[in-house]
Amino acid sequence: MTYTVSMSVNGKAVKGEVEGRTLLVQFIRENLRLTGTHVGCDTSQCGACVVHVNGTSVKSCTLLAVQAEGADITTIEGLAKGDELHPMQAAFRENHGLQCGYCTPGMVMSAIDLVKENPNPTEREVREWLEGNLCRCTGYHNIVKSIEAGAKAMRGG
Amino acid sequence: MTATGIGASVKRVEDFRFLTGRGRYTDDIERPNQTYAWILRSPHAHALITSIDTKKAAAAPGVVAVFTGADLEAAGVGGLPCGWQVHSKDGAPMAEPPHPPLAQGKVRHVGDQVAVVVAETREQARDAAELIDVGYEALPPVLDMESALAGKSLVHDGAARNLCYDWHIGDKDAADAAFAKAAHVTAIDIVNNRLIPNAMEPRAAIGDYDTATGEYTLYTTSQNPHVIRLLMGAFVLHIPEHKLRVVAPDVGGGFGSKIYHYAEEAIVTWAAGKLRRPVKWTAERSESFVSDCHGRDHVTRAELAMDKDGRFLGLKVSTKANMGAYLSTFAPCVPTYLYATLLAGVYTTPQIYCQVQAIFTNTVPVDAYRGAGRPEATYLLERLVDRAARETGLDQVDIRRRNFIPNDAFPYQTPVALQYDSGDYGATLDQAMGAALVDGFAKRKAEAGKRGKRRGLGYSTYIEACGIAPSAVVGSLGARAGLFESAEVRVHPTGSVTVFTGSHSHGQGHETTFAQLVSGALGIPMENVDIVHGDTGKIAYGMGTYGSRSLAVGGEAIMRALGRITDKAKKIAAHILEASESDIELKDGQFRVAGTDRALGFAEVALAAYVPHKFPHETLEPGLDETAFYDPANFTFPGGCHICEVEIDPETGEVEVVAFTAVDDVGRVINPMIVEGQVHGGVVQGIGQALLESCIYDEDGQLLTGSCMDYTMPRAANVPNFSVGTHTTLCRHNSLGVKGCGEVGAIGSPPAVINAIVDALWDVGVRDISMPATSQKVWQAIQSARAPMAAE
Repeated sequence: MTYTVSMSVNGKAVKGEVEGRTLLVQFIRENLRLTGTHVGCDTSQCGACVVHVNGTSVKSCTLLAVQAEGADITTIEGLAKGDELHPMQAAFRENHGLQCGYCTPGMVMSAIDLVKENPNPTEREVREWLEGNLCRCTGYHNIVKSIEAGAKAMRGG
Repeated sequence: MTATGIGASVKRVEDFRFLTGRGRYTDDIERPNQTYAWILRSPHAHALITSIDTKKAAAAPGVVAVFTGADLEAAGVGGLPCGWQVHSKDGAPMAEPPHPPLAQGKVRHVGDQVAVVVAETREQARDAAELIDVGYEALPPVLDMESALAGKSLVHDGAARNLCYDWHIGDKDAADAAFAKAAHVTAIDIVNNRLIPNAMEPRAAIGDYDTATGEYTLYTTSQNPHVIRLLMGAFVLHIPEHKLRVVAPDVGGGFGSKIYHYAEEAIVTWAAGKLRRPVKWTAERSESFVSDCHGRDHVTRAELAMDKDGRFLGLKVSTKANMGAYLSTFAPCVPTYLYATLLAGVYTTPQIYCQVQAIFTNTVPVDAYRGAGRPEATYLLERLVDRAARETGLDQVDIRRRNFIPNDAFPYQTPVALQYDSGDYGATLDQAMGAALVDGFAKRKAEAGKRGKRRGLGYSTYIEACGIAPSAVVGSLGARAGLFESAEVRVHPTGSVTVFTGSHSHGQGHETTFAQLVSGALGIPMENVDIVHGDTGKIAYGMGTYGSRSLAVGGEAIMRALGRITDKAKKIAAHILEASESDIELKDGQFRVAGTDRALGFAEVALAAYVPHKFPHETLEPGLDETAFYDPANFTFPGGCHICEVEIDPETGEVEVVAFTAVDDVGRVINPMIVEGQVHGGVVQGIGQALLESCIYDEDGQLLTGSCMDYTMPRAANVPNFSVGTHTTLCRHNSLGVKGCGEVGAIGSPPAVINAIVDALWDVGVRDISMPATSQKVWQAIQSARAPMAAE
């Protein structure tokens, strides 16, 4: 049995046919072909699939697509304005906060939500916040630096 | 140094696409009319397959086809080849059992491939796979290496005692003689824990077949697409190179696990040809755990003989190395030529003897994982040296300095085959000690003591061999491939440049570092340079990226091609400027007649190369496009000193890494920002091995640590910020002077962490702690050490 879901993704109204078991991340990747949101695990541990649902960071593998009916979703593709990066994206670039790039979309989406909740996080707070995001390349050092710099930029420098 | 040349921390070119969700990883690719494959895997560690009934599955909704090992066998599909042959002590070649892409009559590890379902959707394929009825007759699993050698149950009928090979290196008699003279012998038993690499991107593969041209294309998560083309084309599917293209697009980390030719690559490619439709497979993470090659897994006894002054006289090592159920592509060389050849470390030990037994078990195949053999050697040696210091009453630093290979000894021939070209181990240690504020440690320890915590400081002074090549050497050691690299530098008519490299970037930032080389050599802006990698349809040839070889071998190939470009460009400039070729100099992107103001810009020369109206064609060909194949003279030998400071809560056993300092000699640094990032990542994988990660099988051969919930990878809160520096001595046999930086972090760090823990707990009575030093294990070690004291 299929269901019709509709939601707003990156400011655009979208609609699609899904199975009951279709995860939000599958809907985003496979139906909408927004492949910036990644799947790194099957136990909701890695955070590569983090998107914003109604303004809050959510692992999009933990929601069924049908549960996101009517929601306002932002994915990594929805952050930059044209070629102008969001300050958090820019901070990751400036501070070498990414290597293979696979965990990066989830890290950036998660970091933006952190700064919304805590505009001036300490290093410890950043590390604790990243509890749900795995990275295997960077050793986190430069991700933490990036998020601190991104937070500063989002506060307006 | 220019803003973008060698030595500049240029921001990465590749970041924009990754940060905006525009990376293109294998699973992001969709081919028209694509089908999806689901692999049915063995739930048993060791079992005979008595029957397979696929009828129900084949009739399930959306199913296009179901294939088993019998189908592949009937089609003449070969087994997965092994790329390295090791010979035993007695000269016999290693046992090399067949490795069918889909099981033939027997499964040998949980996760072994049994059948594949191809369907219109991934879900349909997965649902149908559950309808396949496989009859199994369980056999006793072979798990522990010691009991494997008893040979009661055999993983492969052709490998008696489950032994792959029994190899050795060094002079046993000479080592025995050295031990006979020893004033003191330190012995340790060491386990190097099995790890599961877990690159963040799960493996994926898409097979495609062009009915018009008869050409196959495989998109795959690979660190070396040309190697996959060679192995799969020549040995498994018998497709000639001109009809097989392998594309490894953006790849989300590898750490070795994506070097190897995996069954799924062959299965989807073959099925695509058979079905005349693209076939896509993407691993779920739980599949990765039971199908990506694991790493490490050594059990070792080692003894170090010293004279009365603590100078090393001899080293004897006996290691059992787990190969898993099948020989993965490069598995045999890891515990031999990438391990035992590093047992001299940075020390002048004159006699070394090492024997290695490689053993088959009913576990996932084991192959190279970040460092591959060198972390095992380093961990063993640096734990042993630390223990030797404690037993002889020497200081941790003093015993190392006393035995360092001195600066005037280079090139230094070790007793285990390698010849080190350069290094300055004393200065590297000094720099690390300064950065780690070792002088203030006693005070910090006392302060921690007041809070009821125990502080420890651990050292590791290591060396590794990388830039894996040269062909002549690896060939004599059993490699069935050459290990060189290729590069083509194509200058376009208006002066922009595309470099086609055989190296592959899956996080290393080659698109930036290599462009810096071009920018520096030709004096053109980086934005005029593109680096293309990962596609056999575009790049002449390549051996790929592993063993920290990309810059030392691949980068040097680019430098050679660039040299040919500038030679030719000078000829063209000389012709146009009517000057002698020897008078033309290239500076800041200008070809100038030396000592004059007559000059041509790089773009002008490029244009002339393609608009050769007045060329003397008998002596000057049009075009500006050069290729180089580079095969180096030797390995490169990065080394360094890692110092770890831990604080332990004796009440809980919790270990906190409070500071970690790494000073590495990676040769000349092209992009310091990228080098530091590589070290950070490697160090955290090393800390992961030391404190958190362990692959655990139960007595039935079921993988207990089979998900990200059970296998503990480091998270951000588990590690501190790092102090990372470099101390450079140049590699003497490549023009860049580079050595490699990809693995140093993972190689140097584990013994530093464990030595720090032992240091913190030595006074409590703890003498050893095995990896991973989890809170539970540390707490138990403290309790056991205290118990006899309490009884006294």
